[in-house]
Amino acid sequence: MSVTVETIYPPAAPGPLEWVRKNLFSDWFNALLTILSVGLLYFTIVAVVRWGLFTADWRPITVSPMLFLVGQYPRDQLWRPGISLLASTFLIGMSWGVWERYVKAFAIFLGVSLGVLAVFPLDTPTITPAIRATFLVNPLLIYLGYRLGRSKAVSGKAVALLWLVVSLLITLVILPGFRNVPGLPRVPTTVWGGLLMTLLLAVGGIVLSFPIGILLALGRRSSLPVVKLFSIIFIETVRGVPLVTILFMFSIILALFLPAESRIDRVLRALMGMVFFSAAYTAENVRGGLQAIPEGQIEAAKAVGLNNFQITLFIVLPQALRLVIPATVGQFIALFKDTTLVVIVGINDLLGIGNAVLNLNPEFVRLQMEVYLFIAIIFWVFCYFMSYASLQLEKALGVGER
Amino acid sequence: MSLNDKPQRTPIISCVDVHKWFGHFHALKGVSMEVYKGEVIVIFGPSGSGKSTFIRTLNRLEEHQRGTIIIDGIELSHDVRNVERVRMETGMVFQQFNLFPHLTVIQNITLAPIWVRKWPKDKAEKVGVELLERVGIPEQADKFPGQLSGGQQQRVAIARALAMQPKIMLFDEPTSALDPEMIKEVLDAMIDLAKSGMTMLVVTHEMGFARAVADRMFFFDMGTIVESGTPQEIFASPKEERTKLFLSQILQH
Repeated sequence: MSVTVETIYPPAAPGPLEWVRKNLFSDWFNALLTILSVGLLYFTIVAVVRWGLFTADWRPITVSPMLFLVGQYPRDQLWRPGISLLASTFLIGMSWGVWERYVKAFAIFLGVSLGVLAVFPLDTPTITPAIRATFLVNPLLIYLGYRLGRSKAVSGKAVALLWLVVSLLITLVILPGFRNVPGLPRVPTTVWGGLLMTLLLAVGGIVLSFPIGILLALGRRSSLPVVKLFSIIFIETVRGVPLVTILFMFSIILALFLPAESRIDRVLRALMGMVFFSAAYTAENVRGGLQAIPEGQIEAAKAVGLNNFQITLFIVLPQALRLVIPATVGQFIALFKDTTLVVIVGINDLLGIGNAVLNLNPEFVRLQMEVYLFIAIIFWVFCYFMSYASLQLEKALGVGER
Repeated sequence: MSLNDKPQRTPIISCVDVHKWFGHFHALKGVSMEVYKGEVIVIFGPSGSGKSTFIRTLNRLEEHQRGTIIIDGIELSHDVRNVERVRMETGMVFQQFNLFPHLTVIQNITLAPIWVRKWPKDKAEKVGVELLERVGIPEQADKFPGQLSGGQQQRVAIARALAMQPKIMLFDEPTSALDPEMIKEVLDAMIDLAKSGMTMLVVTHEMGFARAVADRMFFFDMGTIVESGTPQEIFASPKEERTKLFLSQILQH
């Protein structure tokens, strides 16, 4: 007896017209909503574009763009942030080559923006030809870095190590300089500012708070009572206090109690406050991931003879961290935006510069809309790319897990 | 066979009066057992009888609270170094496979040889591929556990345990979580292993497996060994009522 099995195919995907009818105009109410939304969208966009191009006065930004980029960093020392930028974009290019899609969109966007910035028609003497040339080199450097990263000669580990070395060089040598070195005079952090300061605080905060947060999370689950108690007290204390308060404590109280000669740099104090704050939240996120790892995983690792340290490093943490990627990136984005709070302890980050520009020039007082919108867009761009990279990471790590 | 020359050899596993409590629940009530090199031991009994708990005390996934356990001359105690040495000499296969889902099959197998036995990576991978061939799935080396069937996962788990070149293999209900059509492929790998002379302790209800390769069988109930003997003795003439009852229940079909 033979059985004929008829092959049945799934129904064909609807065409675009069919899709529109089904999703946007399925009944009169849906059609009404569609028309209303499209109309609203149209008028909003037209109004915003018209305002941005014809009504808005962008002079607060175009007159002194360098202020927004580096604050009051001495103008005769601008080659130092310049070289830091070039090194960073080259590394971003290499990261794109090595890690592909996580960095790709950001690298391309950065290259294009800096290229546009280089040739943007700004009639301000503060943007010298040297600065324009520096910006113009960036797209090329990103591309060169990309090609280098693509070649087999460079591994992800090498790029990560390079990032570490270059960031340390930038933050500890190139930007601050030294008191007694002629070619590299000291530039106190009090004059650093703008986007430079925002990025330093954000990247520094994220990079430092992540490992501390992991250690705190592990500490909270430790079997050593002292470690456990310390972690719990730290986490719960920091989480119970607003960030503003922590920043005040670090910037004022710490300065009062420490002797003058051991006084820590103002920016470093603010950074420490942010790192501790973010670490406490990261710790709780990571703890959630640690708790989700089934006991069987640890038993299997014990059974093959791994010690506790190896079990944590190879089995528990990799699985726990990938579970908490969304929450952790959310925490990083929050931290990035929270850097604006350093304004209250007198640090001129991007927002601080915006406020300063508005207050110092009587002509600009009314132009808050333009300045804050500009700053908001910059923040949005960085946050969006962080969010995008995390989404890509989630997708990639999901492979084979099912 | 093994029973005859028992007196001349020292046992590779020696348990004397092992007790274990979970809170107030007395899970193991004085279990004593000696196992000799190359023996295949099948442990069976109703759920909650303590058979899994017992096999897990042998590599100290559970701590026993009274009695002594000596594995290959090493006494299991609070001494962490002893525990680590014993775990290097014993492999374990779990009911739920417990493969590491974030590592590929070959990484699952080579992790411990590289970090515990300190083998170079290429040596560990060579051994890993050989073991995958032995359990019949060399083509799955670069897949993730989630991409394999249950039977394949359990065979990877066997290969992972064997990669440490253990002297003893512990199996804790290795086929209980498998779909029926996959049980045979895992049992075949275990029978192959038994015939190679590996010392094995297997908690299982697969009586066909017991008949085929077990040297001795132990029937557990209520935290004690009720009866032990060769498969012939246990199947043909069980002495205890409880053994008879349990066997009649699981051999009905």
